[in-house]
Parts: sequence; structure tokens; C-alpha cells
Amino acid sequence: MRHALTALAAAFALAAPAAAQEPVKVGALLAVTGGASFLGAPEARTLEMLVEELNAQGGLAGRKVQLIVKDTGASPEKAVSFARQLIEEEKVFAIIGPSTSGETMAVKNLAEESKTLLLSCAAAEVIVNPVARWVFKTPQKDSQVAIRIFQQMRKMGIARIGVLSSNTGFGKAGKEQLAKLAPEHGIQILVDEVYDKAATDLTAEVTKLKAAGVQAIVNWSIEPAQSIVIKNARQIGMKVPIFQSHGFANIQYVKAAGEAAEGVIFPAGRLVVADVLPDSHPQKKLLEAYKKGYEARFKEDVSTFGGHAYDALLLLRKGVEQGGLDREKVRAAVENLKGVVGTAGIFNLSPTDHNGLDLDAVEMLTVKNGRFAVLGQ
Amino acid sequence: MTSGLLLQYVAAGLTYGAIYAVVGIGFNIVYNATGIINFAQGEFVMLGGMIAWTLHRLVPLPLAVVGAVLCTMAVGALVEMTFIRRLHKPSVLRMIVITIGVSILIREVALAAWGESVRALPYFTGSEVSAIEILGARVSPQVLWTLGTGAVIVAFLVVFFEYTRVGREMRACAQNRDAAALCGLPVRNLVTLSFVLSAGIGALAGCVVSPITYTSYGIGAGLAIKGFTVAILGGLGNSMAAVAAGAVVGLLESFSVVLLPTAFKDTVSLTVLLTILVLRPAGLFGSREAARLKAF
Repeated sequence: MRHALTALAAAFALAAPAAAQEPVKVGALLAVTGGASFLGAPEARTLEMLVEELNAQGGLAGRKVQLIVKDTGASPEKAVSFARQLIEEEKVFAIIGPSTSGETMAVKNLAEESKTLLLSCAAAEVIVNPVARWVFKTPQKDSQVAIRIFQQMRKMGIARIGVLSSNTGFGKAGKEQLAKLAPEHGIQILVDEVYDKAATDLTAEVTKLKAAGVQAIVNWSIEPAQSIVIKNARQIGMKVPIFQSHGFANIQYVKAAGEAAEGVIFPAGRLVVADVLPDSHPQKKLLEAYKKGYEARFKEDVSTFGGHAYDALLLLRKGVEQGGLDREKVRAAVENLKGVVGTAGIFNLSPTDHNGLDLDAVEMLTVKNGRFAVLGQ
Repeated sequence: MTSGLLLQYVAAGLTYGAIYAVVGIGFNIVYNATGIINFAQGEFVMLGGMIAWTLHRLVPLPLAVVGAVLCTMAVGALVEMTFIRRLHKPSVLRMIVITIGVSILIREVALAAWGESVRALPYFTGSEVSAIEILGARVSPQVLWTLGTGAVIVAFLVVFFEYTRVGREMRACAQNRDAAALCGLPVRNLVTLSFVLSAGIGALAGCVVSPITYTSYGIGAGLAIKGFTVAILGGLGNSMAAVAAGAVVGLLESFSVVLLPTAFKDTVSLTVLLTILVLRPAGLFGSREAARLKAF
């Protein structure tokens, strides 16, 4: 009898820690539906896939991960209220997202005040400049993207351009970077126009660019308007080169624009051209593995946006490997990560750089025969 | 400004106008039969484009369009019979709430069925880059398809409401439902028919604008707002007026781009709408007396 009781007690003692091991809650604020669903949907799918894999391998610091995805519909207001919910009610360990820059700026202070690690999947430079202690971001900065575009223009002998952007946080931030960086690259912006993110036709806007005699068009948006711009420009007979932001790195936009997308130049991470990268490239293995896994599971082409969520979870994982489940230690660990190979590039973070990617993370790409290709290859 | 550029702006304006008008016309049919606005009209437009896209993977484009129109008509009938038919003397407010509810329902079902991806039918003729040159302005052939479709729909509706028995009965039903019923008209069936017709016309509009605007589950609301604007501006119930109002709004938006930053495009059209509604509440082409008799 005594033996039996001892055995029972021992069994309880063994079982108890396992039962007490609550999962680590990781929140995700993603624009799964709405105008930015091109970003949020692949991000949510990527996280769903990766968290399953992670849990199969033992989770974070030996505890299972519970992913809580909130669909913000790209609305900053919703992002704020969901962020509150995740922080105050769910008491999440960290938040991945939001998908868009406007939303990220809206929840930035909440993350700071509550000391919750925020790993944004949005591009705007202002997210990490000035640096906020608890806020990081995984996509390339829009300033780097703008610089790469201007460098390419110089190579092509382009000096006078027209800029179009959508009335979103992403569009606004990009437009500001372009305006700020143009003079030092010897580029003159002749027309600078903003259109509605739900625009259905932009013929009048591109006609204005045509009238101004621009040598190239730069469009900065994440909406389907990206495809509409190039279609309308070609329809009215504009033959100038068209540059897009890194928001174009989803093959769906190319499909939507059809023939008009041929020759569009845009800077982006290497994920969408993983198959044509040389084997020696440090990102090659990781990119191909992610691409293969994602495409086999979800039956759709991988996009760089899903990659941003991939990188966010990757940074979190590396941080927890070093700092355990102590918030402050993980934050400090993430801040000092070096040489982490992700989908967007190789991350070298520091207390003054909460993004950690350099100009090399941005590759100039183009569209050839309806597929992405490295420009000039 | 050179004449070529001027005409290019005109062409852009007519493109906008054609899209708005072809969507706006759909509002008039339910209005003509019931005196209410069907706020789910935009969702019929969306369904048309989405269903046609799905069918087009199996059958040629013309068949896909016909199929989409028929399917959406069935949805229109279903909506009316489920949510509206059994209501006894519904108030205008109640009908608005119901149709808005239906629009949300259809949108969510479409999200579940098709996901959030943006899709487009192929251009009916030519491709994404082809354009027809008219007096120095270049116009996508799809714009001509949209204008042509709008014209055919308007012609059909004018004949239908003016010269056919069923059309006249529908109008009678809108003017006074009780009197129409007393005269032995099948009022409820007429209302169902009006939803079927407007769903079909919305779907056709959705197919023809899809190559230009793209189609996704959420596109209905945006298109419906502009369509509603031109329907009101023209004078509710009058399809030809909706086309004229579409052209007015489209041209205004297009030329506002010349003078103002493009961000003000929608502001311009809404300002004009408000001004006209203050000065002429019945719309540009509607008659004052007729407007006073109507519920709206």
C-alpha cells in the first residue's frame, strides 16, 4: 500500500511540472483580410506552419507555443484594440506584426509601455528610427529600398521621375524617403501624387505623369493598385521604365498585370528568386526550404511578406535560445543577434539598429516572361 | 495642354464614368420596383466577377459570363425570398438595415469561399497593354466593352420599364404597393423579379469591369458607393440619367487631377454630389414632383 502511494506521489510529481507548463503565448497582429491581405495572409499561413514545426521540435525553451493570430484588416484602430487584448488579457510573451507600417506606428507605444517584444513585419524606416527599446522589424528599411532604386536609375541615366503612392502608412513613408533621398542622388521628382488605396483605375494619374515628361515612374504601394498603375501607363502608351517598391514582390501582382508587368524593376529580398540563386549564396538553403514547405502546404506561391513573419519568429526563437523566457533578457539577446540568416537577408542587430539588414539585403529584380528574375542576369 | 493630352483625360474620365454608371444602373431596378435602395448591389457586382473567374477555369469566357449572371440571379432570388419576401409592409429603414446585413453576409461568404486573393477576368479583347487610339487618346478596349455593355443594359431597361407589361407592373408596385395588389398584381413576385434582374445586371457589370478594376471579395462596397453616387446624382430610378451622371462624375474626377493633387479626386466628386443634392434634391435629371412622392 505504502509502495503504491509512493508510486502515485511520484507519478504526480512527474506529471505536475508537465501540467503546470502552460504554453508560451505568442500574439500576431496581421492584416489577413482587407486591402493589405497580400501581406497578412501569407504571414499568418507562414506562422501557422512554423509554429507547428516548432512545437514538433519541442517549442520555445521546452514549452509549447500557442499562436494567437488577430486579423486587423489593415486598420490601425483594430490593431490597437487587438494589441491591448493580446497584452492585457492574453498576456502574450511577444507580438509578431503588425503587417503594415501605419498599424505598427499605432501600436508602437503600447509595446513600449507594457514591455512586450514587438517584431513588426512592416517596412517603414520610422518604425525603428528613432530606436524604441521593445520594437524591432524584419523587412528591409524603405530608405534602403529607395537608395537601391535611385542607384539603379543613375545607372540607367534617369534624372527626372514621377512618383505615385497610395494613401497608406506604407505609401506615405515611401514617398517621404524618396523625396528626402532624391537630391543626394541627383534625381529630380517632377510629379508626386497620392491616390486612394482602393483606386480602381489610375489613367488620369499616369496621364499627369506623361504630361510632365517623366523619364521613369516610381510607384509605392501594397494594394492591387500596383498592377493597375503599370497597366494604365502602358495603355496610354507610356514606354518609360516603371519602378515599384518592395511591395511588388508577390507574384499575384504580376499575374494581375499580365503583359504590362514585363520589365517592371523593383528591389526586394531574394526569396522570390530563390531558385535562380547560386548554390554558394548563404541564404539559398533556407530560402529553398521555406519556399518548398510553404508552396507544398498552401498550394500558392511564396511571397517575401510571409518571409517577414518567418524572420520575426526566427529572431524570437534565437532570442529565447539565449535569454530563456525572461522578457528583458530576450529583448537584450535579440538586440545583439549577429549573422542570423533569414529570408530577407543576414541580420546583424545592435542597440542602435533594430532591423539589422544592410543594403546588400535588397536585390534589384525584374519581371521576365511573367516570372521574377534578378535584374541583369 | 495639347489636344492629345486633353483627350487622354477625357478618356480617363469616361473610363471612370463607365465603371460607375454600369454599377449604378443596378440600383435603379430594385428602386423602381420597391422604392428602396438595395445596399447589397455592390456584392452582386463582386459575385459576378468572382463566379465568372471561377467558371472561366472550366469553360470559355462568354459561357463563364452567362453562367455568372445566372448564378448571381439565383442568389438575388434567394436573398429576396429569404430575407424580404415575408415582411409585411417593411419600412424604408428596415429594408436598408436588411440589405446592408445581406451585403455583409455575402461578403463574408465570398471571403470564406474564395479567400482574400485579388483576381481578374482576362481582357475580353486584346490584353493588359493594348489600347485603341481615338483622336490621339489611347483607350483600353475593355473601356469600350464597359461602355457598350452599359448602353445595352440601359436600352434593355428603358424598353422593359416603358413598354413591357411586367415592367409597367413593377413600376406600379413601387408607386403604391397596396393599390397594385388590389389591381391583382402579383406584388411579391414582382419584387423578387426586381432582385433577380438587378442581381443579373450587377453580375454583368462585375464581369465587364473585372479586367480593369480586378475583383476580390471586398470590392463591392467601394464600387457600390460610386455607383450609388451616380444613381442619386442622375435621379434615382432613371438609368439613362445614371449614365450621364457617371460621365459627369468621371470627367470631374479626371480633370480634377490636372489642377489638384490626385488625393483630392474623391473629395471633388463628393463635393459635387452634395452641392447638387442641396440645389436639386431629385438629382440632375429627376423631376421635383416625382421625387416628393417617393420614399427616398
